[in-house]
Formats: sequence, structure tokens, C-alpha cells
Amino acid sequence: MSLEQFKNRNVGTQNYKKLDLEHSPTCGWCQFKQVVSRTFKPELFVGLWVTLREMGNALFRGKMHTTQYPFEKLPISPRYRAIHDMLRLLESGHYRCIGCGLCEKICISNCISMDTRYDENQRKEVSEYTINFGRCIFCGYCAEVCPELAIVHGPRYETASEQRASFSLFEDMLTPIDKLNLQQEYDGFGAISSNADENIKKTPLAY
Amino acid sequence: MEATILPEVTAAGVIIKAVLILAVISAIAGFGTFIERKILAFMQRRLGPMHVGPHGLLQLAADGIKLFTKEDIIPQHANKVVFAVAPAITAATAFIALAAVPVFPDFTIPFVDIYVPSIASDINVGILFVLGMMAAGLYGPLLAGMAQANKWGIIGSARTAIQFLSYEVITGLSILAPIMMVGSLSFVDFNNYQTDGLWMVVYQPVAFVLFIIAGFAETNRTPFDLLEHEAEVISGYATEYSGMRWGMFFIGEYANMITIGVIAAVVFLGGYNDFWIFPGWLMIIAKIAFSFFFMLWVRAAWPHVRPDQLMWLCWKVLMPLAVINVIITGIVMMLV
Repeated sequence: MSLEQFKNRNVGTQNYKKLDLEHSPTCGWCQFKQVVSRTFKPELFVGLWVTLREMGNALFRGKMHTTQYPFEKLPISPRYRAIHDMLRLLESGHYRCIGCGLCEKICISNCISMDTRYDENQRKEVSEYTINFGRCIFCGYCAEVCPELAIVHGPRYETASEQRASFSLFEDMLTPIDKLNLQQEYDGFGAISSNADENIKKTPLAY
Repeated sequence: MEATILPEVTAAGVIIKAVLILAVISAIAGFGTFIERKILAFMQRRLGPMHVGPHGLLQLAADGIKLFTKEDIIPQHANKVVFAVAPAITAATAFIALAAVPVFPDFTIPFVDIYVPSIASDINVGILFVLGMMAAGLYGPLLAGMAQANKWGIIGSARTAIQFLSYEVITGLSILAPIMMVGSLSFVDFNNYQTDGLWMVVYQPVAFVLFIIAGFAETNRTPFDLLEHEAEVISGYATEYSGMRWGMFFIGEYANMITIGVIAAVVFLGGYNDFWIFPGWLMIIAKIAFSFFFMLWVRAAWPHVRPDQLMWLCWKVLMPLAVINVIITGIVMMLV
């Protein structure tokens, strides 16, 4: 369907499909006929069949919709911005953060605070790094600005905890060294989800 | 048909039977709530209760604990005696109705040699008694709604009055035609009538459909669940009830569903006769289970009606049909 057809606002010339509605009956006999025809239409049984079919689909064809949430989780888009992760270098296992301070600088809610010093090899090392999650608005600027892809947004959206400090220290966000092989690389901003192809649908206008 | 000599029915046997009915039907009614939640969930492609026990089976126990330990609230301005008695009426009439209905096959307890009959009391006006008891059950919701000093309760009890009273007419008239054919009011005679011939539903399809429709109204099930439809009247007659008093309404409703299932099975669907290779006890259980399932199925599929539509359906469609059916049955019986 081309764009011109959507721009045509002239009602009279368009191909509208009229609903096939009958007029409501006026005489008593017409009302009676309507009652009889509605009584013997199998529409009620169509409804019964639909629910039974869906039950069969759910039970035997694996079309059950329920996700048993605390035990199962739906896959989450790589663009999702939840609690931050601090990634490590895959070869050495050292954290990627070079202490440049760009994330602290760009943070619009001033929730990142970091402190750095020179180690014995005159390399920057992060001595302190916290994110105040009471203030963080999860805008994603820190991850966007990071030149080393060191700070990224992770998929941990369950942020209820007894203390905010449970998320906010550098060590807590850093990939555990023994789980380095499970570390997910960040696809970057604008990345599409892995199942994006399945989610593509026609826009309603095209129907 | 040769008459088999049955052992004498003793008082002990009847008491055992009564306790058995009470225990088993209460358990089934409780289990029915679980089945209902599961079936409705499956029809909506959900899983239903899953967490308590394997596939949520122990949800019943959790519900029971909750109902029994919940605070029993009686509202300040309620008529306290009537408010307290009303749930007992619903539950009691539902179980009294089951006294005259054949529920399980008869058996003899070994060693003590007590014969337990299949009907607690095989009275010769069985159908009248059961229908009367189910009709008397309307006092439960009626008094409950009027006693609780709550607007929604009043609306609920008003709806009880119109719905149960109107559909009592349909139930009676629809079952009148089979009664004319059998010439008896005893459930056993109904069963025996269908032993050799076809099921009653073949001779009386209209009466069967009318009876099922009226049964939905009598048991307050979904196309006609006006008494406690929560989108309109909070919970209708049960608005102010909590804990086990509310639970008794629930048990009464489910026991009534089973009673309707039994009547439909015995009067219209061949009763507990053997069918092909299946023994009678299995057939009656299958029939009752199907009508129970059908009630849940309908609840998942159909929307419910407005009170005025309910009345319209009752008095302008179903009652004329029932009367015509009775007349035609009478004419055919006279000619044949």
C-alpha cells in the first residue's frame, strides 16, 4: 500500500467495508424470528470450541503463556539498562576500568563517585568506585561514554535489597574472577535483541 | 427385570452412608475449587495454582487453613442470628438434597456385616424432595443478603429471589416430561427405565437442555451468576462474609453443582447402568465429572447476562418451551 492512499482523507472515495449489521426488528413476528435465528445459531458452541481448543493448545502443544517468574525469567533486551556491571579483560582478568573519570563527569544525577591513584607501575588504578543507586536514573550515559566498555548496564533488574550498598561497590559490580568465562560482552547502544527477527511484526496500518 | 433381594437397610448403614456422603462430597467440593481454578487457567493458557505442593495440589490445604483461621467478622448493624445461620442453610440444604440421590454404589462392610445402601434414604418422591431442598437453599443467600446491613447484600438477595424462584419453575416443568414418561418420582425407577432402552435425553432433548440451563441458574454458575457477580455487586449476598462462613456458601454451591450433575446423569443420561464395557459406577462418575467440567467450561467461554435478560430468558423463552414440551409429551403418550 503506497503512502498516497494513507494521505487520502477524502472519505467518499475510499473503499470502506461496511459492517453487515441488520436493522433491529420492529414487529413482534420479526423479533420472534430474530430470537429463533439467534437461538439456533451455533455461536455459543463456537465460543465453547474456542476455549477447548486453547486448552488443548496450552496443555499439549506447549502454548502455555505462564512464566513462573521467580524460577523462570523472560529473555531481556541487550538495551535494557539495569544495575551496572563492571567488566574484566578476558585475557588477563584485570578490570577494564582505566580510571579516566568520564563516567563520573557525565553522570547527570551525580551518583558516581570514584577515586584513583597511581600504582607501582605508574598505571591508574581505581581505589574507590561507588554508584549511589538512590540517585541513579539509569540513563546509560556512563556506559555510553566509557571508552573501554568497562562500565555497562547489566540485566539485574531485581533491585530490591536490604541495603543499597549491596549493589553499589565496585567489587559487587565487577564480574567475579571465577565467572570470567561467563562474562557477557556488551553489544553497545542501539544493539538489537538476539531474538529481534522473531519479534518483527507488520505495523497495524499494513493490515 | 428380575428383582434382586437386597439386604435390609439398618440405621447403622444409613448413618455410615450419611457420614460418607458428607465427608466425600465436602472433599470433592473442596477439590472442585482446585479443579475449577486449574481448568479455567488452562482454558486461558495459564498454569493456575502451582506453588503449594506438586502442581498446586496442596492449595486446598492452604485454602482450608486460611478459611479456618480467618477472623469471623459479624458487621455491627447486622442481624446477628440470621447472619450466623444463613451459611449453614446453604450448606445444609445442599447436603440434605444429596440424601435422596444415589451417589455411590451400595456395598457391605466386611466383618461387621453392615449393608450401606446407595441412597441414604430411598424415598418414593426422590426428585420432588431433591428439587424442594435445592429450592429451600435459596433462603441461604436471601437471608444472608438481607441480614448483613449492606447495600450490595440487599441487591444480591433481591437477585436471589428473582433468579432462584423463576428458574425453579423451569426446573420443575422441564423435569415433568421425563417424570410423565417414567411414571415415578424415584431415582431408582428413572435408572431402571433406562436400563434396556435408550437414554432419556434421546426422548427428551428439549427437557434436557432446559434442565441444564435451569441448573446453571439454580447453582448460581456463570452465565447466570448474578447473585455475587463481583463486577456489579462486590460479592452480592456474600459481601460481608469472611472465613468459614463464606466457605460454607462455597461448599454449598459446589455440592449443588454435584447434585445437579447427579440428577442430570440419572434422569437424562442413563444413570448408573452399565454401558458397553464400562461398569455402572464408572459411568455415573464419568457423567457427573463431565457435567462438572461442562459448568467450568461454560464459565470460561460465555459472558454472563443482565438480570433483565435473565428474566426475559426465563419467562418468555424457557417457560413456554417447557410447557409446550410437556404438552407434546402428553399428546404423544396418549396416542402411542
